[in-house]
Amino acid sequence: MFSYLPLIFRNGVRNRRRSILTVLSIAASFCMLGVLMAMYTLFFLTPATPDQALRLITRNRISFTNTMPMAYEQRIRRIPGVREVMVYDFFGGTYKDSRDAKNTFARFAVEPSKLFIIHPEYSLPESQKEEFIKRRDACIIGRPLAERLGLKIGDRVALIGDIFRTDLDLLLVGIYDSEIDNQALFFSYDYLNESFHGRLDQAIMFMLMADNAASVGPVAHAIDDMFRNAPVQTKTETEKGMQLSFLSYIGNVQLFLIAVCASLTGTVLLVSANTMAMSVRERVAEVGILKTLGFTPDVILGMIVGESMLIAMCGGVFGFAIAQAVIGVLRRLPVLFVNLTHLSISPGVALMGVLLAALVGLLSSALPAWGASRRGIIECLRLAD
Amino acid sequence: MKIPITYNVRNLRVRRVTTVMTALGAALTVAVMVSVLALVQGLRTSFEVTGNPSHLLVLRKGATSELVSVISRENFQDILSHEGIARDREGHPLASLEMITVVNLELPGGKDMNVNLRGIEPVGWRMRDQVHLYMGRMFQPGRREVVVGRSVAQKSPAARLGGHLQFGRGAWEVVGIMDGGRSTFNSEIFADLNQVSSDYQRHDFLSSALVVAQPGRMSALARDIEDDRRLNVLVKPEQEYYAEQMGNAKPVQFMGTFVAIIMAIGSAFAAMNTMYAAVARRSAEIGTLRVLGFSRSSVLASFLLESVLISLIGGAIGCLLTLPLNNIETGIGSFTTWSQLSFNFHVTPQIMALGVVFASLIGAIGGFLPARNAANRQIIAALKAR
Repeated sequence: MFSYLPLIFRNGVRNRRRSILTVLSIAASFCMLGVLMAMYTLFFLTPATPDQALRLITRNRISFTNTMPMAYEQRIRRIPGVREVMVYDFFGGTYKDSRDAKNTFARFAVEPSKLFIIHPEYSLPESQKEEFIKRRDACIIGRPLAERLGLKIGDRVALIGDIFRTDLDLLLVGIYDSEIDNQALFFSYDYLNESFHGRLDQAIMFMLMADNAASVGPVAHAIDDMFRNAPVQTKTETEKGMQLSFLSYIGNVQLFLIAVCASLTGTVLLVSANTMAMSVRERVAEVGILKTLGFTPDVILGMIVGESMLIAMCGGVFGFAIAQAVIGVLRRLPVLFVNLTHLSISPGVALMGVLLAALVGLLSSALPAWGASRRGIIECLRLAD
Repeated sequence: MKIPITYNVRNLRVRRVTTVMTALGAALTVAVMVSVLALVQGLRTSFEVTGNPSHLLVLRKGATSELVSVISRENFQDILSHEGIARDREGHPLASLEMITVVNLELPGGKDMNVNLRGIEPVGWRMRDQVHLYMGRMFQPGRREVVVGRSVAQKSPAARLGGHLQFGRGAWEVVGIMDGGRSTFNSEIFADLNQVSSDYQRHDFLSSALVVAQPGRMSALARDIEDDRRLNVLVKPEQEYYAEQMGNAKPVQFMGTFVAIIMAIGSAFAAMNTMYAAVARRSAEIGTLRVLGFSRSSVLASFLLESVLISLIGGAIGCLLTLPLNNIETGIGSFTTWSQLSFNFHVTPQIMALGVVFASLIGAIGGFLPARNAANRQIIAALKAR
């Protein structure tokens, strides 16, 4: 079979313009497929990291805009299996000009001494950690965010509040590194409470860490059960679960991605089938000659299918290469509702893409190739005028 | 002189397999675009129907939604003192003090759903003429009764007529189901203002006030209330308030447009391919046409037209493919109210027209280079080809 490869290749580049246009057309669809498959993987198939899997978030059952009594924190701490719990308030607010997307990032009021227990993956020098725990008006931010905003240690960060009706003047004391979740600003809850004269008695969220993977589920149930009959009920989800809850607000993302991927695959099939139909039609006489020379129908079938697969796979690989570039752009979008910073085409998705391209090539050429290989020699030669 | 269009139509018929495949490719592209537009349009229609053009919504200054706004009973009395509020036949002002909060309903399968709960007085019901009861009766003031929107009743078994909902300090009986047409009230629950506010311990501090302005006095009344020193409020036309919530559709809109454009590029390449093949096959024909006296520009126009025709067929098929979507219910979450908004896909004639225009654009872009190639052939060379 491999001895026919040069011939297949030659056939592929014979009508160069047609092959290039087909490859480009398939590439456009595969570019989109690559991006969407990467999104699907990121949202629905990526397992939580080991630390992430142990983190739970408790909030008011109704929504993030409803609060819970601060006193819940002490009650949650007493539940067996909870290693640590801290208040985790989304501050919202505005930094500089909010119309510039660059200035959009998440800000959280936390308990600095507990942050590094719950987020052991945040790495920053001990001295910066100590400074953050010690100073009331201190804040730390993730490295990519610091670079985006052009901030360095010692700078002041002013935030204008909206959810919390107060303005904050923070001092940047540390820049942390982390594989995931590296685009947020953290500051001390005590400082926030101080600007309300210590009268904040409500919390938006609590973040907690379970002792081990086995206790994650029971802890979540125990918390929600504890407050089931209280005036304010809670909802406790894993960090990953909460991201999915957020996503569901955008709409039925899962269905959207699947529907669009299906249409894209359909388009590619049509384009490829059209090309193969055209090129086989042009070559009827040639097929007759090949047969006269002794090529068996199976070899002819294989050669046409092989050519189609070659073109489709070129398109697929090229499309995924463009997708990689598009993903590079999407990764830099500000993180607010959806975190795309870890969007990538995994080896599995890439392999699936190549296989899909091969399958498209196979299916789209099956009919014309079958027809050409079964046609009698005389008929072939006569049909060619 | 123009080459007759029947020439193109017959050609398309001769090459029907290629024509159909190219057209179907364009059809899928158009279908994706039309469905996204229909989704966005559905949400827009829903908001448009919800906001009444003669209503003004009064919120606390700085509040971005009814949910985070606070209007006290005292504020409401001050609002009523302003000239320009329409009155009903008995002379009562058409102004409704309301309290809005979100309740969480359990759904089958361990899921849950957030729904807007609106506490109103009878006038608030009368002011919303796009909503009517279609099952049961109205809630009675002073009782723990609710009227639920149609889509809430469909989703939650507890929200059927005669069912009981758990929120606030206990159970509420579902005594009626309302149909809000295309409005967002299908996703809301209405109950008696006093009952709701006492359950949530917000007797004096409610959410918003909705007033009907006398004809022609909308802006004057709005300015008047906003300038009232006692109040510190924001007044905006109800329609504007709902129009602002279209921002919730931005992510879907962005994604959909992005996908449609990339797909269109792919379809344009496919159309180009088909047309190049057509030009190559019909070289002798092109030569003959030129010999007959048709100019280069006629040949160009003819091939361009043929390409546009193919995509137009595709556009029409694409629109037909999306028609079954029309009126299918879908939902998105609202980042404004944190509750579920149900609405229907809305495929309007304008959207279909847009889809067809989009298709012909694909055809025109894909067909231009091949058509120019055809037009630029030398007559002798064209006749000799093949």
